[in-house]
Amino acid sequence: MRSTSSDVRTRLCGIYFAVLFFTILCPSGKLAFAESTSIFDSASHNSDAIVDVFYLVLAITGLIFVAVFGAIIGFVWRFRKRKDQNDAEPPQIYGSWPIEIAWTITPVLIIFVLFLLVIRSVDEQRPSRAPRDALRVRVVGHQWWWSFEYPALEIVTANELHVPIGEVDHPRSVFLDLESADVVHSFWVPRLGGKTDLVPNRINTMWFNPRQTGVFYGQCAEYCGTQHAKMLLRVIVESPEDFEAWAENERKPAVNDPAVADGRRLLLKLACANCHTIRGTDARGTAGPDLTHLMSRQTIAAGSAPNDHEHLTRWIQDPRMIKTGCYMPDMKLSSAQITLIVSYLETLR
Amino acid sequence: MASGTHNGTELHAPGPFPWQGWLTTVDHKRIGVMYLIASCVFMALGGLEALLMRLQLWQPNLNLVSAGTFNQLFTMHGTTMIFFVVMPIQAGMANYLVPLMIGARDVAFPRLNAFGFWMFLFGGALLYFSYIGAMGLYGSGSAPDIGWYAYAPLTSPAFSRGNSTDYWLLSTLLAGVGSVSFGVNLIATIVTMRAPGMRLRAMPLFVWMMLVTSGLILFAFPPFTAAEIMILFDRHLGSHFFDTQAGAHGLLWQHLFWFFGHPEVYILALPAFGMISEIIPVFSRKVIFGYSSMVAATVGIGFISMSVWAHHMFTVGMTSTLDLFFSGATFLVAVPTGIKMFNWIATLYGGKLQLTVPMLFALGFLTLFLVGGLTGVMLAVVPMDWQLSDSYFLIGHFHFVAFGGILFAIMAAYYYWYPKMTGRILGRRLGLWHFWLQFIGFNLTFVPMHFSGILGMPRRVYTYQADAGLEIWNQISTVGAIITGIGLLCFVCNLIVSFRYGRIAGDDPWNAWTLEWATTSPPPSYNFEQIPSVNSRRPLWDLKHPTDPDWLHE
Amino acid sequence: MSESSRPVAAAATRPPDPYAADDLQLLDPRKVGMACFLCSEAAFFTTLLVAYGLYVGQDTIGPTPAEALSLPLVSINTLLLLSSSGTIAWALKARQDARRKSCCIYLGITILLGALFLVGTSIEWRGLIYDQGLTLGRNLFGSTFFTLVGFHAIHVGIGLILLMIVMILEARELLAPDSVAPELVGWYWHFVDGVWLVVFGVVYVLGR
Repeated sequence: MRSTSSDVRTRLCGIYFAVLFFTILCPSGKLAFAESTSIFDSASHNSDAIVDVFYLVLAITGLIFVAVFGAIIGFVWRFRKRKDQNDAEPPQIYGSWPIEIAWTITPVLIIFVLFLLVIRSVDEQRPSRAPRDALRVRVVGHQWWWSFEYPALEIVTANELHVPIGEVDHPRSVFLDLESADVVHSFWVPRLGGKTDLVPNRINTMWFNPRQTGVFYGQCAEYCGTQHAKMLLRVIVESPEDFEAWAENERKPAVNDPAVADGRRLLLKLACANCHTIRGTDARGTAGPDLTHLMSRQTIAAGSAPNDHEHLTRWIQDPRMIKTGCYMPDMKLSSAQITLIVSYLETLR
Repeated sequence: MASGTHNGTELHAPGPFPWQGWLTTVDHKRIGVMYLIASCVFMALGGLEALLMRLQLWQPNLNLVSAGTFNQLFTMHGTTMIFFVVMPIQAGMANYLVPLMIGARDVAFPRLNAFGFWMFLFGGALLYFSYIGAMGLYGSGSAPDIGWYAYAPLTSPAFSRGNSTDYWLLSTLLAGVGSVSFGVNLIATIVTMRAPGMRLRAMPLFVWMMLVTSGLILFAFPPFTAAEIMILFDRHLGSHFFDTQAGAHGLLWQHLFWFFGHPEVYILALPAFGMISEIIPVFSRKVIFGYSSMVAATVGIGFISMSVWAHHMFTVGMTSTLDLFFSGATFLVAVPTGIKMFNWIATLYGGKLQLTVPMLFALGFLTLFLVGGLTGVMLAVVPMDWQLSDSYFLIGHFHFVAFGGILFAIMAAYYYWYPKMTGRILGRRLGLWHFWLQFIGFNLTFVPMHFSGILGMPRRVYTYQADAGLEIWNQISTVGAIITGIGLLCFVCNLIVSFRYGRIAGDDPWNAWTLEWATTSPPPSYNFEQIPSVNSRRPLWDLKHPTDPDWLHE
Repeated sequence: MSESSRPVAAAATRPPDPYAADDLQLLDPRKVGMACFLCSEAAFFTTLLVAYGLYVGQDTIGPTPAEALSLPLVSINTLLLLSSSGTIAWALKARQDARRKSCCIYLGITILLGALFLVGTSIEWRGLIYDQGLTLGRNLFGSTFFTLVGFHAIHVGIGLILLMIVMILEARELLAPDSVAPELVGWYWHFVDGVWLVVFGVVYVLGR
């Protein structure tokens, strides 16, 4: 029996553990990546709480790992059969009640502590009532895009959620009422909090209160069909003034620029109006995202492509080229028609 | 009637060809071997699916496979590995070993045994036939793409058009029928057909694990069968079990499925624990530490595992009370599991460890299952689950327990019992290549997934965003997957080459103590010339150590 | 030379009786097998019952159980099935007493009662479908009701086939006197009856 196997094992295990330690236990204070979705890059008070829980649990399980793993490696090293030993059987140990009781009670105590931690943190994360100044948003998940309605502000938009930040000493919460129009989805913006599912025939509520401004990326986290991977969303946390300005603009009906009247007329004549709403026109469909202020968004197709001229054109030309399997049909328009439509859409700021 | 001998087993085929004997066999050993060979084929298919996924995820926005194909790949990979690889391996090992270990000549219902095998095989064939046979939406064949747990309403007729979902439902239904018949058979066998003197508390631990596993099968599979019937009725007879438009509960499928799904993973794991409980003592040259608490822990796991199912559903918006109940129950089930770990490790203590290939795999199991179990404890902390559920962290967790744990134990079992089944020992050199490639490859594949999960990568995505720090971890995983695949190729080569050229094993190559080693390798069709009588848990130890038999100390 | 960590117990100087069997080993495997199978069937029916219970009262469109279900017919049906459990018990007792002809007669009566139960169920379903407009696809009640009662009826049908096989074999003296087959079929039949009592209670009594 070669004894080098366990030497190599020990060395490899040491490297593995060191890598684990350094990469997982030393998150950077500032973002390592431009579009980070790391749960350690927490940007809200509730996700901070989850990170704190994470550290504590990691410490406990890490200690358990070190102890048990150390025992395994230690015993393998110490008790491996050496060449100079004979074939006599070692002492047969059938058990030991004191030891077995000890290692039953210890895990029970550990899980008891963990359970208390869970009780407290679940309680923190699940407030029973929304504060009066909370922003309420009705989120409806569709295959494969998000609709956001602000009932109190009479705003309907899609895929990009704007929220205001509160004061330093008085955070302002955002409460989301989550519904689904079709299958099960899940709302997950890691930097702002845990995920909650959108289940049809059910309203789930989640909340977060951001503590810094910025753009926070997320996506659907429950497999919902072909383009589940491209059901992206972003949350834009801004100052109260910027938020008011945005909300003010969103409340207005669509811009009616006479320069693109031809494009507007064409869009309303085609079947676009059956699926999309453009407030202030006759387009009142709800199967697809609200386009009234399309150009206020950074991306199209639920984050699948940037919201610029090239991608908008390509999207309308054939949506399946950007997002195969999506429900928006290829309208088979001529390039002249597409140019007209795009020029109209680009005025919907 | 053709007849002949091979390695001491008599073959009587009902026709002119030897394979006809296998086709109509009701011999538990042959059925066991058929289960094992079939599962190897499905493992290759499942592994190929995994490899394709990993190649697609090498970089963001690659187009190696389309979105639809990727979704089929993860569905087929999960379904194959769970229902058509690990389940049949456990059934095959149990089929082969349990009658031998309890000193019986066969199982209680040999024909039912064969029936169970063919149900599994037809189920697997049906699943893979979907690639060509299912009418997809555009008229071409297509495999199911609903995920291995097939949530409704995604599976309802509105959102899953064509027949690909029906192939998933029917194939797993057939596999389930096979599993239930296996469970019935095994309980009857273990309860009533033990050798004289083998009281329940003298049974090998593998047999105890199979007894509890079979009990779980009886109570976990029927709810799954019922749920599948409900969705089939929704899809084809217009019923409304999962039709939320008609007022159905959006979570009924999830509750029913996970009520089956969680015990299912213990059905997969307990036999593996049993294998480890046989292998570690033999290569430590010591009796298992704490047999009684191992049995108690196993029974405890069996019961508690039926009450933890909604820890797969912490994000669906259950009440805090329910969340806490399932979290607590999940913590609770970790205690008997931990006790077993400690017992195995204590068996190592003071032993004379022989680092044979099966022992290396068993040690690999201990370390990797430890990690998987601890990440499971992390996920039982509800707020952490709110972040980490349905992310790559979860994929890392369950692959650590299912692959690092269960499959490593299975590999140990293959190396340990292959000599009994074939009369030859699997080559050590190729075995070491297999072990190290698989161990290193496995870690390279699945450790990075914990990081990409923490960095916010959800599961079941055919691509991911750039600039989120995910590429490096995905690339390491892909390299690891390739290395793992090479390791498994070594294994298959070893299986084939050693069958012809392996060292002859003899009855008892490992100097072990349970009854299967008291007969030839491979055993004759009647198993034992004389049914042995049993005085303790290690009958062969008693024979080899007449001055210090086990029954003095039990 | 090996040592063990515990001293040799004074009483255990000879091995336990090698031919001792614990009580479980004396059980007939076929009985254990049938008991296990019935456990799995219980889990199956429990799931269907849970679905029924979850959805009772959740419909927005009718007909509701109170409107659609009529107690008299199903009560007669229940009595028929309960009696058939009695007749099969008598049949097995007759078999034990080696009164083969009586056994076959009682088995025949059991089959008749079971068949009448199925006839009663068909009459009830005809009324539900054509008069009440309740179908599998009508509403949640229809979906859960027909699935639950339908699977029970299928099990009754399978039971009738098993009973007929046993009756014919018994009539032709092809069953050994110690064969457990009739008793196992009896267990199955009692189980099906028991399931019906629960279904009756949940669907026709509580659910209305």
